[in-house]
Amino acid sequence: MDLDFGRVIPYLPLLKNGITMTLKFTFWSTILGFAWGVVLSLIKVSPFKPLAWFGKAYTSFFRGTPLLVQLMLIYFATPQLVGYNISAMEAGVLAFGLNSAAYISESIRGGILSVDKGQREAAMALGVPKLWIMKDIIFPQAIKNILPSLVNESIALLKDSSMVAIIGVGDTLRWAQQLQAKTFRAFEAFIIAAVVYYVLVMALTSIGNELERRARVSD
Amino acid sequence: MIKIQNLSKKFKDLVVLKDISLEIHKGEVVAIIGPSGSGKSTLLRCINLLETPSGGQIFIKGKSILDKDANPEKLRKNIGMVFQHFNLFPHMTVLRNMTYAPMVVNKLSKEEAEKKAVELLAKVGLSDKTYEYPSKLSGGQKQRVAIARALAMEPEILLFDEPTSALDPEMVKEVLEVIKSLAHTGITMALVTHEMGFAREVADKICFLDDGYLAEVATPEEFFSSPKSERAQQFLDKVL
Repeated sequence: MDLDFGRVIPYLPLLKNGITMTLKFTFWSTILGFAWGVVLSLIKVSPFKPLAWFGKAYTSFFRGTPLLVQLMLIYFATPQLVGYNISAMEAGVLAFGLNSAAYISESIRGGILSVDKGQREAAMALGVPKLWIMKDIIFPQAIKNILPSLVNESIALLKDSSMVAIIGVGDTLRWAQQLQAKTFRAFEAFIIAAVVYYVLVMALTSIGNELERRARVSD
Repeated sequence: MIKIQNLSKKFKDLVVLKDISLEIHKGEVVAIIGPSGSGKSTLLRCINLLETPSGGQIFIKGKSILDKDANPEKLRKNIGMVFQHFNLFPHMTVLRNMTYAPMVVNKLSKEEAEKKAVELLAKVGLSDKTYEYPSKLSGGQKQRVAIARALAMEPEILLFDEPTSALDPEMVKEVLEVIKSLAHTGITMALVTHEMGFAREVADKICFLDDGYLAEVATPEEFFSSPKSERAQQFLDKVL
């Protein structure tokens, strides 16, 4: 077996930039995915039919087509369609955010429906306005119920963020690709990338566990 | 205080309430009893519009609550409701359960709302549970908090929807005691219950519902000793 991690060492400082990029990506797409996912979930439970229909169609499209195709559509077609020269970073965050919102909105919708209807009735009986019932009574309980799936979604985003290497963003995987090209050491390059992703996922998992523990104080 | 005229309620093809007329005066305690499925809860839930009546009229303090310009949220501020399954907010402490609506709906300051809540918790004997979450309370304690939560809005009317039906037998008494302490203090009460002894003791008026009809309205003495309708007689034979 031919292994030589020594050849890789000079490139390790550059890995830091790659990891930063991966984290930045995950962070912003999680924020966008969650924010838009919340709006979409409300759209889906809306009694106004055209809105609910839009929510369904949106989810169907983003779940029914490959993420990589969505990424390429947004990155390569945006300049053609609206004349805006979208950066790879923007395209990535947009694609992952829009995609993840489709999944998150389904989780939240399920979470909202899982809250006992007595909760809404009790708040209504107290004269609480609809918007407040959603915001203060239903939503917090829904989020608590679906916290594990939200953490999973964010882990999926972290891993999927490696796709942006394809459109040239200098993330962790991109670092490994360049390293392989320069040193011809494939195993060393990609195993390091794999370990980096694994460590990040584990870190995210433990953050998720901590969040769940805190959410359980009222149990 | 509450005037119900020819009220009817349908769920799709199922007629649950038929031509109900009933008047409840200020400060009165009215017990609504009857076999299960007779429409007791639905009648109660029409009063604060948790159910929308299919026909008829309901007036509260002389104003129709079914008018197009009537505001259900405003109406409900003045009508407290206690549910069979308590429906406390599980993600809020007992204190927060009690201050939430007064702060959001009545715009009370946090200090005012908490002061009021603390007083009411003392009244229902649960001062030591102020900072607990509902999951730490027994059924009877939960229902006492739920009553205190309703009272925190200072309603003129209080509706009880089978408040002791979900409780273990040994907890029924503590809840009934609290309800009893509220009766005849000026607050108007309508109570759906299966506790016949309690209805007899506390109510000014018994409403007997049968198959969606208000079959009989009588004082407790009249109703329990010599019910006029045959259905009420049959019902009492079964439950007493």
